[in-house]
Amino acid sequence: MKTVIVDYDAGNVKSLQFALERLGVVGQITNNSELISSADKVIFPGQGEAASAIEKLRSKGLDTLIPQLKQPVLGICLGMQLLCKQTEEGNTQGLGILPAKVVRFPNTVKVPQMGWNTVNHKAEGLFEGIAQDCYMYLVHSYFIPLTDATIAQSQYAGAYSVAVQKDNFCGVQFHPEKSSKNGLRLLENFLKF
Amino acid sequence: MLTKRIIPCLDIKDGRTVKGVNFVDLRDAGDPIELACRYNRVGADELVFLDISATEQKRKTLADLVLKVAAALDIPFTVGGGISSVEDAKKLLRNGADKVSINSAAVRRPELINELADAFGNQCVVVAIDAKKVNDSWLVHLVGGKVPTLIDLNEWAREAEFRGAGEILFTSMDHDGTKNGFANTALAELTEKVNIPIIASGGAGNTQHFVDTFKKGKVDAALAASVFHFGEIHIPELKQILKKENIPTRII
Repeated sequence: MKTVIVDYDAGNVKSLQFALERLGVVGQITNNSELISSADKVIFPGQGEAASAIEKLRSKGLDTLIPQLKQPVLGICLGMQLLCKQTEEGNTQGLGILPAKVVRFPNTVKVPQMGWNTVNHKAEGLFEGIAQDCYMYLVHSYFIPLTDATIAQSQYAGAYSVAVQKDNFCGVQFHPEKSSKNGLRLLENFLKF
Repeated sequence: MLTKRIIPCLDIKDGRTVKGVNFVDLRDAGDPIELACRYNRVGADELVFLDISATEQKRKTLADLVLKVAAALDIPFTVGGGISSVEDAKKLLRNGADKVSINSAAVRRPELINELADAFGNQCVVVAIDAKKVNDSWLVHLVGGKVPTLIDLNEWAREAEFRGAGEILFTSMDHDGTKNGFANTALAELTEKVNIPIIASGGAGNTQHFVDTFKKGKVDAALAASVFHFGEIHIPELKQILKKENIPTRII
């Protein structure tokens, strides 16, 4: 099985690679279209600002490649948000795989949300074998509201999506590579897709 | 529900933990990886590594250490000490650090906060502030507290937020090392002034001090070093106490 981590200079890809290593899987960090297209599993990380991230994807031609992928794809953090149609951050067009719009947390709460929050999920697929109300590590200022694609939610200024799934695409707002045992189990579940 | 974080801080010099570590079951108390793994196992929510090496040359070992830490830990960690450019931060973040902490360099050149936030996102940028109460106002101090300034703590924290800081790590020099509790009045005021997470630092002596800083100081996270290193406070017990006090906390 070949697992790739999409590299577009946006995010802590090293920690993701180490997490896969703990599962005995080599995660190849690459921006090569052919390697990505031919991989069995694609992990699409992300950190930082949405508009510049989309710009970096475009410069490498990855903005057209990613929506065409047929194998399982896991977006993480900003990677998940970029799967959406649009984001308020920098008023940016996303990859349009999910019809949702990413919005900013209101100032009634601290922004960014930073830390471990409890996650309520559909106990299957990505979350198989993971306890309800498990803790995951999150750090973000923008979020996906609840949608038809929501498979897990957390509370921060109300309920919102922390995991989504549509066809072969799924995404998590938290960082599984930084979420201790629960996060590792989620990655393991994804690799079984 | 978002939980309050408990953050052990490891002071690093030339790649080794300093300030004394007193765990009986550690083979080598100076090995930061071994200590970090121990804290990971007992449920620390995050770790901070602060490099206090005197020279630039010796700091080069930091990037190697960060890579080893990233390989060993599955919780987030922040690295600070001597970071004064995007280039400095990039090496550490690329090697697996989740956040970088900047202090004196940001006061000397506040644009550094904007540059780091633009390059890596706000969530990566922790602005650490050391301050001391002088005639009723909290004044920022530089170079590990050695150099006083006339900058007001709250004003500087607001500017840091405005420039793109994702978090403030406030150390009260008046409380640091006293074991008499955190600077809760100043922390509560700071929490009112900014809308980003605040980490309390300086003064932890017992478990009640953590309860107090979450309740009275209204902080998001609390950081300490020696009480954890010397086994005076055990993280699992501390978290049970927080839970009893209805403070949201991650129990593993």
